[in-house]
Amino acid sequence: MAQDQQRPPHQRHEEDQHIPDPLPEGTPSPGSASAQSADLDSLLDEIDGVLEVNAEEFVQGFVQKGGQ
Amino acid sequence: MTHVSLIPTALANKFPSDRPTVGYGVHRVVGLETEFGIHAPAHPQASHSVMSLELINAYGHKLTSEGTNVASTEWDYNEESPLSDARGWQMPRSIAHPSQLTDQALANNAGQDIHMLVNLILPNGARFYVDHAHPEYSSPETTNPIDAVIWDQAGDRIAQQAADHIADANGAAEMILYKNNTDSKSVSYGAHENYLVARDLDFDELSDHLIGFFATRQIITGAGRVGIGSLNDRTGFQISQRADFFEEEVGLETTIRRPIVNTRDEPHATPESYRRLHVIIGDANLSQYSTWLRVGMTSLVLSLIELGELPMVELAEPVQALQDISHDPSLQTQVLVNGRGWMTAIEVQRIYQEAAQTYLDRYGIDDQQSLDVVNAWAEVLDLLEHDPAQLADRLDWVAKYQLLNGMRERHALDWSNAKLAMLDLQWADLREEKGLYYTLVSRGAMRTIVTVEQIQQAISMPPTTTRAWTRGRLIDRFGAHLAGVSWESVLVRPFRQGPLQRFQLLEPLAATADDFNGLLAAGKPQLTLEDTPENQTELTQLLKQLQPYRVTGRK
Repeated sequence: MAQDQQRPPHQRHEEDQHIPDPLPEGTPSPGSASAQSADLDSLLDEIDGVLEVNAEEFVQGFVQKGGQ
Repeated sequence: MTHVSLIPTALANKFPSDRPTVGYGVHRVVGLETEFGIHAPAHPQASHSVMSLELINAYGHKLTSEGTNVASTEWDYNEESPLSDARGWQMPRSIAHPSQLTDQALANNAGQDIHMLVNLILPNGARFYVDHAHPEYSSPETTNPIDAVIWDQAGDRIAQQAADHIADANGAAEMILYKNNTDSKSVSYGAHENYLVARDLDFDELSDHLIGFFATRQIITGAGRVGIGSLNDRTGFQISQRADFFEEEVGLETTIRRPIVNTRDEPHATPESYRRLHVIIGDANLSQYSTWLRVGMTSLVLSLIELGELPMVELAEPVQALQDISHDPSLQTQVLVNGRGWMTAIEVQRIYQEAAQTYLDRYGIDDQQSLDVVNAWAEVLDLLEHDPAQLADRLDWVAKYQLLNGMRERHALDWSNAKLAMLDLQWADLREEKGLYYTLVSRGAMRTIVTVEQIQQAISMPPTTTRAWTRGRLIDRFGAHLAGVSWESVLVRPFRQGPLQRFQLLEPLAATADDFNGLLAAGKPQLTLEDTPENQTELTQLLKQLQPYRVTGRK
């Protein structure tokens, strides 16, 4: 089938790929948008507080052996 | 043994008689395995095998020091044959990759057996053991997605309790456990699902159907990953932890050249009735909702395949599709489906969801668990299409992606920043005060579907609806009189004297709480080794009740 060998209309090449933000800029229900973003801000504050501080070293040190 | 079935008789009578079925709706015998990442930050050179051994032994010590029994004998490997293949041939050991030999006891560098317990069977019916260089929890057999979630999450707590027990010891190094699937260097480890399916179902038919389903279900069940490629050679975010580690469509391997459909065939159950479908492609989910849908959707799909009612979705290039879909969190990527054209993963999943809905309607299957799964599946697909951010309170990958994007924006980070990799790793940290998943749950930002109490109870109690009841309760009550336990067998030696009596529990739906309540009821005291008339009476009763399962001579 001819369609089979065409690239799909939305397929993008890996290297060009822009990873979009999943947070919608669209039309959240009235009144919730600022509350949501305040929630996220407060959540990020907490994450910043709990995240290991020596990220570079910690992540480098996390080496596992093979598994299934 | 009388034939037992999960399927209500009235429903079974409606199913086509030429299609053998062992489940319906979301109801099916299922067990979940988690291989945990294990890390001692202060001791980067520590052996992962030894750390895993210490962890397993710590849990055994914790239980016994609290007065709880645990089956700490060598695992009864009589039934274990990981090299037997679903397609009916046995792989010669000489060509199997050494790491595939999971039925070998560990040995030290000098080739001597290590005299530590490599394997525990727990009072909740689970197995907690050392597999390769990871601690692994294999849940007891359950019969629906909610129970699967409960005993899976109990395993997370058990593993963390083991690490806490080590931390309580003087001078112990901190050991951190992760419920993830890659170190984002080059290594992956699994979170396997096991579903019993009808033995008479043609395996090629089964795997042809599963490839399309497994390649696309990740948009719901993925755990999210920072980094692209099995060697992490590109920056970015992808939906699945596991996708980049798969190279084949169908095969026996689990540690190299991993296949989308694994053919390992050790049913641990009546081989004439059951095949155990060993699913190795899934991500380990922290989210209860993701785990629930992973098991629920897959169970539904299996019910349809058994009946021959699942539409065929044949991907032109399954492995490439699996990775392309994973690499695009915008979900716009289209993959080629033979005869159907280019489709997004959402569109492919809609075929399965709609077929499941039609199947439930056609047979009048309206139990709450089946309806909840099929409805949630539809809702999630709608949200993925129109407003995926709303799923940040349900799905692992969406929640993780939201945090990552928030951090990128706040600190102007690009994807190569170690802080983002740290966030990815710490998402899966099993310490409730450190793990970011638990942070979200404690803020009410992540939905849960089972209670803390249910999980707490499942740490020590088995499910009531399978043979795991008898396994777990025997360990708890009669542990002093057991000589061996495996998935499908129990060895009893009363008062540690006389001949061993071997019992085979090959039917997972027999020897349940209904069959063995009374003697094995919750709350009954442990039977000691003391040879008293009372103990004699109880043991005699036990052996009498177990009599239908008795086997003489070893296979």
